[in-house]
Amino acid sequence: MGEKKKNKKPEETEIQSIVESSRREFLKNASITGAAVVTGAAAVIAGFRHERAKKKGEYVKVLTTDNKLVKVPVEEVEGYQMGLKELQERGRVGIKGKRWIWVIDLSKCRNARKCIEACQSAHHLRPYEYHINTLVMQESVNTPAYFMPKPCQHCDNPPCVSVCPVDATFKRQDGPVLIDNERCIGCRFCMAACPYSARIFHWQDPKDAETDKGKEYNVELNIPQRKGTISKCLMSCDRLRENKLPYCVSSCPNGVYYFGDENEDAVTNGTTKETVRLSELLEKNGGYRLMAELGTKPRIYYLPPKNRIFDFEKDRPEEKDFII
Amino acid sequence: MNSQDQIPGLEQEKIDSLSADILRPVRINKSFLLWITFLFLALIICLYVYSIQLRKGLGVTGLRDITSWGMYIANFVFFVASSLVGMLISCVLGLIGFRWVTPIARIAEIVAVAFAAVAGLVIISDMGRPDRLPYVFLYGRVQSPILWDVTVVTTYFVLSLLLWFLPMIPDIAVARTRLQNRPSLLVKVYGILSFKWVHHPEQYKILNQAVKILIILIIPTALAIHTVTSWLFAVTPRAGWDSTIFGPYFVSGAFVSGTSALLIAMYFFRTNFRLQSYITDYHFERVARLLFLVSVVYLYFNLNEFLVPAYKMKKFDAFHIHELFAGHYAFAFWLVQLGGLVIPIFLLIFRFMRKPLPLLVISIFMFTASWLKRYLIVVPPQGHPYLPVQYVPQEWMVYKPTLIESTITLATFILVLIIITLLSKFFPVVPIVETAREESDQEAKSHEKH
Repeated sequence: MGEKKKNKKPEETEIQSIVESSRREFLKNASITGAAVVTGAAAVIAGFRHERAKKKGEYVKVLTTDNKLVKVPVEEVEGYQMGLKELQERGRVGIKGKRWIWVIDLSKCRNARKCIEACQSAHHLRPYEYHINTLVMQESVNTPAYFMPKPCQHCDNPPCVSVCPVDATFKRQDGPVLIDNERCIGCRFCMAACPYSARIFHWQDPKDAETDKGKEYNVELNIPQRKGTISKCLMSCDRLRENKLPYCVSSCPNGVYYFGDENEDAVTNGTTKETVRLSELLEKNGGYRLMAELGTKPRIYYLPPKNRIFDFEKDRPEEKDFII
Repeated sequence: MNSQDQIPGLEQEKIDSLSADILRPVRINKSFLLWITFLFLALIICLYVYSIQLRKGLGVTGLRDITSWGMYIANFVFFVASSLVGMLISCVLGLIGFRWVTPIARIAEIVAVAFAAVAGLVIISDMGRPDRLPYVFLYGRVQSPILWDVTVVTTYFVLSLLLWFLPMIPDIAVARTRLQNRPSLLVKVYGILSFKWVHHPEQYKILNQAVKILIILIIPTALAIHTVTSWLFAVTPRAGWDSTIFGPYFVSGAFVSGTSALLIAMYFFRTNFRLQSYITDYHFERVARLLFLVSVVYLYFNLNEFLVPAYKMKKFDAFHIHELFAGHYAFAFWLVQLGGLVIPIFLLIFRFMRKPLPLLVISIFMFTASWLKRYLIVVPPQGHPYLPVQYVPQEWMVYKPTLIESTITLATFILVLIIITLLSKFFPVVPIVETAREESDQEAKSHEKH
């Protein structure tokens, strides 16, 4: 089969190239199978038959990124893997029209640490490597202690992004601050600059370094994790792309997290799936941001730990000693 | 000697006697070979240790998520600091018109070149992905102080190298004809590096202009390298780094470490190269006064840096101050502040302390304290971030440098020694022509008086 060289518009090429590349792939595979079974001639026939069979197959209608409807054979849609370049471009731009926002209700957190577990398993982290951690906080001896889940604050004025020398960590238009470990040089200036201690560094081989080998790097998931680079909370951008709530938000058993879109003024509780008005939630509960006086403009809002219905002391955990 | 050696305005005998003394150490002898072999062997061992870090990652150091900048960064700051002495001696004092700096200016430049050259390497040892160093140039973002630092440190290194080399061209020309019994390669190199210098007055005029431009360029560059280095810390919101006086605080501290490094180098060259008649007690006395001055200025900045936050005791500043004054770092802190600053300042008041040997001891104290001071600036503020550190391994809580880390840091000092050794062993450490001119000017002056 000769290479068809058409002058296509760049927008069209994406779907077309999917179709073409998988067809070529198929022909190659079919030919090899045929040759192994009977002869070269049989292979040609088999290939021809399959070509015909495919024409009869089902098609699906797919909307391209530029809003064009195209038909694609069902079997060829499956298993398409985005290349690094596409993943990187998509990951740096973000999801248009969204302004992700996060509300954490401290009155509900009982330190179940399910968010941490979900996060660590999604991002292939060790038990002491945190994108999100729950801290025991106490302002003074006369004020009660409380639990505070602390992810990256995804600041709108992020000190970490300012100091990065190579644009490895960046602020997306839809809110999150991400890290590109294909770019990171491991200088750790961002760690020094972050007042929330939100970042971790891979001092050694990451937990799943062996099994993640060869995987295409997805900047929205930060997998594979890499030795000598930074990792951090990513607001589960891979889940947001699938219209799902972040890993931590949906795994909380106590209804601590609300997540949503600031543009829509609506946030959804990860446990009850109840959607409420963001402005109302913040107004009624006295929402605040962590260390707002630093001018970092965090995208995470906290609701104060008032009217708690559980006994803090009973839930207070013993400090776990990690053995490395 | 041949006619090329005729230097306008200078007597031939003067040049002869000066170059005989100053060029005497420029040769390859047994002790030099022994010393340089030792240095290179030690360096090879250290490089092997660095290869372990390359293979296993920065986890072989004591650094962890809480204290992620440690000995390497402290060492980097120290190296940048020590390189500032070149600017202080040759440029500031030279430009003001202090003639006595002439015989020691080149030593100051050698120290500056060595420390500036290695500073760049120190920073690479701290990188998680040193293989991605080119990214800094490919994807560099001007917002990041690291970019500023890379730019100014490189510029300063090049300018310092030029300031070491350019004024030496006439000396190389003088030496070229007088080093005929030395290895042929060295003579050849001298032939090339003298750039057909014939001591023509026009050549001197051009050279002097070039050097003057360099001197003026170096002053802002040198101020920039250490100010920008201080900003690596001061631009972050961490208590203990979040200070507006970090720029001048670092620069004044740099003069202390640089001047004490210069005194150590002066003592060494004076005794080992037998240059007592050129680097005299008078020069030590002068540099000691300079050391006193810069130390007092540094003490003043220390007072500001610690007393003001200690008076207010803002919550997170208070943690930091407490750790330094009475906590985990108290011993090191008072050792540095008293043993490395207050007591030396007091001692330097006395004339008999401004003699070469006492000065050597004082300088070694101040130089070591300067290193430790950088450690105390870099490490403690990371130990108490704004949010509590919880649910992490116990050994992450307090940073302890490992043997591997210390060995790699040692390697950088070995590199400095190698550079200083090579520069001082193959080129005259005291300017020949300039010193001759200086001496004949002095003689002419005293003649006029009589």
